[in-house]
Amino acid sequence: MSGPLRIGFIPLVDAAALIVAVDKGFAAAEGLEVELVREVSWSNVRDKLNIGLFDAAHLLAPVAIASSLGLGHVKVPIVAPFNLGINGNAITVSPALLSALMEEIDGDRFDPMATAKALARVVAKRRKAGAEPLTFGMTFPFSTHNYQLRFWMAAAGVDPDEDVRLVVLPPPFMVDSLKSGHVDAFCVGAPWNSIAVDLGVGHILHFVSDILVHAAEKVLAIRQSWADKNPDVVAALVRAAEKAADFIEHPENRTEAARILAQPERIGVDAEVIQRTLDGRLKISPDGTFRESDRYLLVGREGAGRPDPVQAAWLYAQMVRWGQAPLTPDGVKTAMAVFRPDLYEAALGHRRPVEAPAPFGAFAGPAFDPTDISGHLEAFEVGRWKA
Amino acid sequence: MSAEQSPKIVIVDESPIRAAILEEGLREAGFTQVVHIREMQSLLARIYAVDPDIILIDLENPSRDVLEAMFQVSRAVKRPIAMFVDQSDSASIQASVEAGVSAYIVDGLKKERIKPILDLCVSRFNAFAKLQEELERTKSQLEDRKIIEKAKGILMRVKGLNEDEAYVLLRSTAMREKKKIGEIAQSIITASEMLK
Repeated sequence: MSGPLRIGFIPLVDAAALIVAVDKGFAAAEGLEVELVREVSWSNVRDKLNIGLFDAAHLLAPVAIASSLGLGHVKVPIVAPFNLGINGNAITVSPALLSALMEEIDGDRFDPMATAKALARVVAKRRKAGAEPLTFGMTFPFSTHNYQLRFWMAAAGVDPDEDVRLVVLPPPFMVDSLKSGHVDAFCVGAPWNSIAVDLGVGHILHFVSDILVHAAEKVLAIRQSWADKNPDVVAALVRAAEKAADFIEHPENRTEAARILAQPERIGVDAEVIQRTLDGRLKISPDGTFRESDRYLLVGREGAGRPDPVQAAWLYAQMVRWGQAPLTPDGVKTAMAVFRPDLYEAALGHRRPVEAPAPFGAFAGPAFDPTDISGHLEAFEVGRWKA
Repeated sequence: MSAEQSPKIVIVDESPIRAAILEEGLREAGFTQVVHIREMQSLLARIYAVDPDIILIDLENPSRDVLEAMFQVSRAVKRPIAMFVDQSDSASIQASVEAGVSAYIVDGLKKERIKPILDLCVSRFNAFAKLQEELERTKSQLEDRKIIEKAKGILMRVKGLNEDEAYVLLRSTAMREKKKIGEIAQSIITASEMLK
């Protein structure tokens, strides 16, 4: 191998396994020299990975799939031998939208079907009053945030393309945009939801695990051509990331992990805020209400590191549902081939016992079947998909 | 090239100097319709208003993802839009990403017309990077000089040396310790402040 590996990342808590692998020496112990490069946009991460300025990257799982399919940009096959995180996002709403929802809600505030139905009523009321549609911020067209928001609201009949506005915002701009009223809500990863709550401008309405119990979020992405040529490096990288993920998941290491992640050249926010995310104990309201969930962000637990091609198929199905991709047998195959459990298992030398629950655990719709995506999509009323 | 033929080019860049360098180059090359957008607030509205053929954006601008979304939602724009040049032109893509500029091309613009614009941007971006580097270097040299002067003063006062002797002592220590003379000077200042 010539020179250090260059790996791009976005300052988010779900880059944890990658950052800890490098800064805690797990990568060096595998004989790897890694230079982590902090980036400002997913487009940049994708482009620099695609043209070879990066050897690997912390990437939105749907971007890795879109790149392999040639959607929205040039086609570069990507492989994901390691899953950097399961879940980890939240939906945060402005105080005004929260009270509007609470006025309409019929049921439990933490039940996503109850909140989605409340949203449908708020949307209808606003339309009747001639008010502007509600605006929701998310991070990228090919993002879990986009699909999670859409999945949630569409379950109650809110059409994300007709009834509300969905806009892309860089994560560091989310909080300001909520404060200024530019958006009424957003879906983003940590630490941005907590920062909005701490500043008193937002309330966390849902952890995304309320919507989907177990959903792939970010992956360690590598160009397929590079991975084919450097199998030993890929394996070493996977082992380093797996060790880092194990380290982070031990509660006694959380404070140290949060301190590593908080460094100004890494995520650059308070270690305490990062630790809340890792612990799954988040302040959800400015008044100091906390909510705990052991499913907020899974870094290494429940076989989180093992890429599951069924997850890739689900993400592809969302692209199809919202009109970003046509449904073709080749498309399904290409999407599923991005997630490479074989590379993960080869790197670790054995198949790790996985106690993962069935994937997704969606709060609405039928169970997902990757062999019948059209049948699955038929079950949903709202969507841009036409058979 | 007449004004009607010149493609409309939007430059999205928070650095006014770099945008000016770029704009000047484009005008010199005969592209008369160039608009610079600096504010990121209501970026999309402003872009829609200009309705450009080409959008050039600085890679370090976080609003790149916002632009990408605009290209996804083709219903919201008047024409279908493609990014960069095309799949086959990976050399152009590489050169532009390395230089730090990203170009978004509206479909329908002839490829031959895009190439010179992209090439020009890449060379201008590189020139700007070099300028920036020189500026940084000059700044740190100035900073070093100030620190060295201060350290010399301390040495002259504490050790009773004259100015030349103080400088020679700094330089020889730096050489022996394999450090920059500025670093040695800084440590003298730090030490003297702690001993105050």
